[in-house]
Amino acid sequence: MKFETVIGLEVHVELSTQTKLFCSCKNSFGANPNTLVCPVCLGMPGVLPVVNKEAIEKHIMAALAVGCRIPEHSKFDRKNYFYPDMPKNFQTSQYDLPLALGGSLEINLPDGEKKVIGITRIHLEEDTGKSKHAGETGSIVESDYTLLDYNRAGVPLLEIVSEPDMRTPEEAYQYLNELKKILVWLGVSDCKMEQGSLRCDANISIRPEGQEEFGVKAEIKNMNSFRSVRSALLYEEKRQREVIESGGRIIQETRGWEEDRGITVSMRSKEEAHDYRYFPEPDLPPMVVDKEWIERAKQKLPELPGERKLRFAAEYGLPEYDSGILNLSRSISDFFEEAAKLSGDPKQTSNWLMGDILKYLNQNELEIHETRLKPEALAEMINLIKKDVISGKIGKDLIEELLKNGGNPEEIVEKRGWKQISSGDDLLPVIKQVVDDNPKVLTQYLEGKESVKGFFVGQVMKKTAGKANPALVGKMMDEELERRKNNR
Amino acid sequence: MLKESTPDITPEEVEHIAHLSRIEISEEDKIQFAGELGRIIHYINKLSEVDTTGVDPTFRTAPIFNVFREDTPRESFPAEEILANAPEKEEGCFRMPRIIGG
Ligand SMILES: [Zn+2]
Repeated sequence: MKFETVIGLEVHVELSTQTKLFCSCKNSFGANPNTLVCPVCLGMPGVLPVVNKEAIEKHIMAALAVGCRIPEHSKFDRKNYFYPDMPKNFQTSQYDLPLALGGSLEINLPDGEKKVIGITRIHLEEDTGKSKHAGETGSIVESDYTLLDYNRAGVPLLEIVSEPDMRTPEEAYQYLNELKKILVWLGVSDCKMEQGSLRCDANISIRPEGQEEFGVKAEIKNMNSFRSVRSALLYEEKRQREVIESGGRIIQETRGWEEDRGITVSMRSKEEAHDYRYFPEPDLPPMVVDKEWIERAKQKLPELPGERKLRFAAEYGLPEYDSGILNLSRSISDFFEEAAKLSGDPKQTSNWLMGDILKYLNQNELEIHETRLKPEALAEMINLIKKDVISGKIGKDLIEELLKNGGNPEEIVEKRGWKQISSGDDLLPVIKQVVDDNPKVLTQYLEGKESVKGFFVGQVMKKTAGKANPALVGKMMDEELERRKNNR
Repeated sequence: MLKESTPDITPEEVEHIAHLSRIEISEEDKIQFAGELGRIIHYINKLSEVDTTGVDPTFRTAPIFNVFREDTPRESFPAEEILANAPEKEEGCFRMPRIIGG
């Protein structure tokens, strides 16, 4: 029997606000335990939460970017449960009136096709504290205990729920990449899965092909990278198929992904898992997002990567491939646009960004704004090459210097003596010398093997430490070799 | 005024609610609370008899909405003060019995 897989994702992202959702404690990662905590986020009796406006703005921005509708009325609710990661014994979340409903995201499939994945809703809630079990700290005696750090408790968290529209683990992987790209682009979240600012749970079921009704689903948790989401889903669709093919039945359950073993295992289901007894949060007045507010938010929305990709191709005459690469991240895209305007040569700007610069960023795991390179410097460097002041080869050294230490390209070229040798008088002695030093190669040339010219040119470049103007060297080398042929 | 005869809450449900709230209650309490909670539910249910056509879903008696604050950080409390009420602490953290599951 042929089966079809059905996948839906629940993605949680921490908003990159300055402060928490309901109090003015800093929203920041990596501080000492319980140093970013106050009576509000600790749930002390008598305290009053007040909503962080920036969190709402960021939520609305994210929602609009994926085409969600913003209902006029929304509110917060208490989700009651007993677990020490929330000191209040409830989590403030949104139940029946979330801030955003019904959007979609277009994903790219490996075969070049595109597919639209529906987004059911996006709601805002507070993140929980972080627990570490004492066993993990290496202390055996205390392994009966859990240690709680509430720095994260109260950090604004978006829950983005997709429709069950994905049919393969690869689609789920692409959806996550696309979602992250947009959220980072908007600056609403840094989406660092390794720091927990993006987390993902997946619902997956299978059904015989052609059947309309969904199969029984499993919820998969504990995946800590996009790759592991894909691996866990690949494992799980195979597992479910095997269960059904051997005459078994799938049970609805939560399963944890075990990265080292490469399998999902059933997690002890929480008793009364869904008995959260939601009720409207009495301490937080409801929210009204009127048309004017939505209009203002739309005005503030930056140009999105898809739109910008098309514009770059049209406005700067870039190949679609270039435009796609440059728009994988907002920082690169902004940098390109500024440098392209300054240099007046979009294609060269794109080449340097996609080549040496991206390579450097990837190797050093940096964002472009974390380097010392400025758009003005890249533009100037491109023009130094175009004006034959430096060679393209020296350009490679210069760009590295600019990335590492910044500075003014012209001054660096001057100081380092990197100026291109474009004078025939300076080059001729080097050319003669190279030919004289390699009599065997010259013989080969004279015997008709013209391809060895490349060797001579290479030697000249080497002797001049890459500073010779390659076009000029090529031309002069032709003349020199011609002379040798005639003087034979 | 209120119908005493149809208890909406069974002793089993009381037990369930008590468990969710991590409260231990006796058998007698369960029966007593079942009756009391049932009456409360009846009373509250009167609200659903009101015609709410045209009333905003978030309507409140006090017309307050959109109470926000600016995203400006303020000093949190010192960790020692935050942990002052902790029954047990370790490595700057609250220490509590290990919770299994969830
Ligand atoms: Zn706080």
